[in-house]
Amino acid sequence: MTEVTVLKEKGSGRLGSQEVLLNLGPQHPSTHGVLQLVLQLDGEIVERVSPHIGYLHRGTEKLAENFTYTQIFPLTDRLDYVCPPCNNQAFALGVEKLLDIEAPIRAQYIRVLMSELARISGHLLIVGALPMDLGAMTTLLYTMREREMVLDIMEMIAGARMHTSFCRVGGVREDLPEGAVERILEFCEILPNRLSDYERLVAKNRIFLKRTKDVAVVAPEDAIDIGLSGPNLRASGVDWDIRRDCPYEIYDQLDFKVIVRENGDCYDRWMCRVDEIRQCILMIKQCIAQMPEGPFLTDSPTIAFPVDKELLKRSMETQIHHFELSAFGFKVPEGEVYVPIEGPKGELGFYMISDGSEKPTRFKVRAPSFVNLQALESGTQNMKYLADVVAMLGSLDPVIAEVDK
Amino acid sequence: MIALPDFVQHILDHFGSRVMYGGAGIDMHCIQVTPEHVVDLCRYLKKQTGQQFNFLSDMCGVDYFPAVNRYEVVYHLFSIPQQHRLRVKCRLVDPADGDLPTLPTVTGVWRTANWHEREAFDMYGIVFEGHPNLQRIYMWDEFEGYPMRKDFPVRGYKDDYNPFGDEKEGQT
Repeated sequence: MTEVTVLKEKGSGRLGSQEVLLNLGPQHPSTHGVLQLVLQLDGEIVERVSPHIGYLHRGTEKLAENFTYTQIFPLTDRLDYVCPPCNNQAFALGVEKLLDIEAPIRAQYIRVLMSELARISGHLLIVGALPMDLGAMTTLLYTMREREMVLDIMEMIAGARMHTSFCRVGGVREDLPEGAVERILEFCEILPNRLSDYERLVAKNRIFLKRTKDVAVVAPEDAIDIGLSGPNLRASGVDWDIRRDCPYEIYDQLDFKVIVRENGDCYDRWMCRVDEIRQCILMIKQCIAQMPEGPFLTDSPTIAFPVDKELLKRSMETQIHHFELSAFGFKVPEGEVYVPIEGPKGELGFYMISDGSEKPTRFKVRAPSFVNLQALESGTQNMKYLADVVAMLGSLDPVIAEVDK
Repeated sequence: MIALPDFVQHILDHFGSRVMYGGAGIDMHCIQVTPEHVVDLCRYLKKQTGQQFNFLSDMCGVDYFPAVNRYEVVYHLFSIPQQHRLRVKCRLVDPADGDLPTLPTVTGVWRTANWHEREAFDMYGIVFEGHPNLQRIYMWDEFEGYPMRKDFPVRGYKDDYNPFGDEKEGQT
């Protein structure tokens, strides 16, 4: 519902000039979820934007502090629901660091493969959604068609289209099913051509350029100060990608380019994502080429379920471990850890404090969308009109579920 | 003892007894500081060559109920030019009954601290003195209590909208 409050009438010099307070959202298609923006407007000129968040607050952190580590995986899915494998991966890496174990190499490749697929699906959404926010509906219909292919692959691998929960502490739940690799490779063949199509559709469109070029510019110093990360930061010209600079899992084995652009406007943020999808495709191809055979879950009965289910019928010890794991979970040594990864939206990390029990004492989500959203409030230049706010919001790519935790 | 990295050693030398080394941790080094010096330390960490912690990754409150001095604020810093990480911890002294624990804000050092501090205030009731806009960020303004505190029930307190919540003490 849109409600207008008149704050004060301005002097009689300008025609019909009055300062008003406008609620954009929380139920508004261009706010990507339940985000409320209270705009202080002078005519069409925006004087102040104050985002009001919390409409989707589910208390993930509080819940996680009462769950065992394995039970937390489905909770992390529901943070950035556009690309859950990345959240699973970040959480699994943190717990593994606390336990001082590492997933088998094949599991690491599978995780990276899933994350990059998820990154494609997340970026495809925003590549289509920004033009839609600006009035070009067509692109979204096309990108959704390709995103559907990613979701089908996810369903084939994990059994679920969105909330995959595919990672486990110490590996992944299952091996890749038969035919998955061929399907992914086929997708990698199709997508680059389609990407060129989108670019032909939108990237040189005069209206799109007018709406995004030099609009809502974030300078590099401001971007760092506000805490932007991921594609939003790189669009402002800061060359920093955790996958390259502090590689986790097997990213040091992959050969890819970090996309950096200079202007920091809406167009660059959008373009940055289009180019990143191309890099994702390269990475996926390399993953598949390099992926070794081997176990996909660590062989540690106190942490992970047995891979060979037949053992459960024969070995008493396996059964006991299985029961203890399902009923109580596993104990994690005392300590604290913060392992950030490069999520599709930016730096994603889980800060966990363990007191030696099966549940974390403190579970903090460093949600990139939450921090990125602050750019609406300060640090953005040339966000003058109401229409520019919509472009800025779309190009920041916030997922409200992640903002609100 | 293993030699500390230069940047950690410099902090300890420069601040002397005002900070304490908090151990190497399994992921990054940790510095402990008292609330009086937290802004000084942060300013130094951001500006000093060799430190250049220009990116505040994360900051959050922690509740160690039922320990004495139960609240702690943890900052995770990252330096984009130098590529190193640091954890800064600030333990807060328990306030008198009914008061909220306080420490100075670091919004003057990193603007991104703004929402993080609002979140810590909302969830733990930690007051950041000098914060430009210290309001609840997730919960609604009329909400009573601080939900992430360990003595706040997971299901919340019973009221008209929450029939399954715990009974509040002193209520019938």
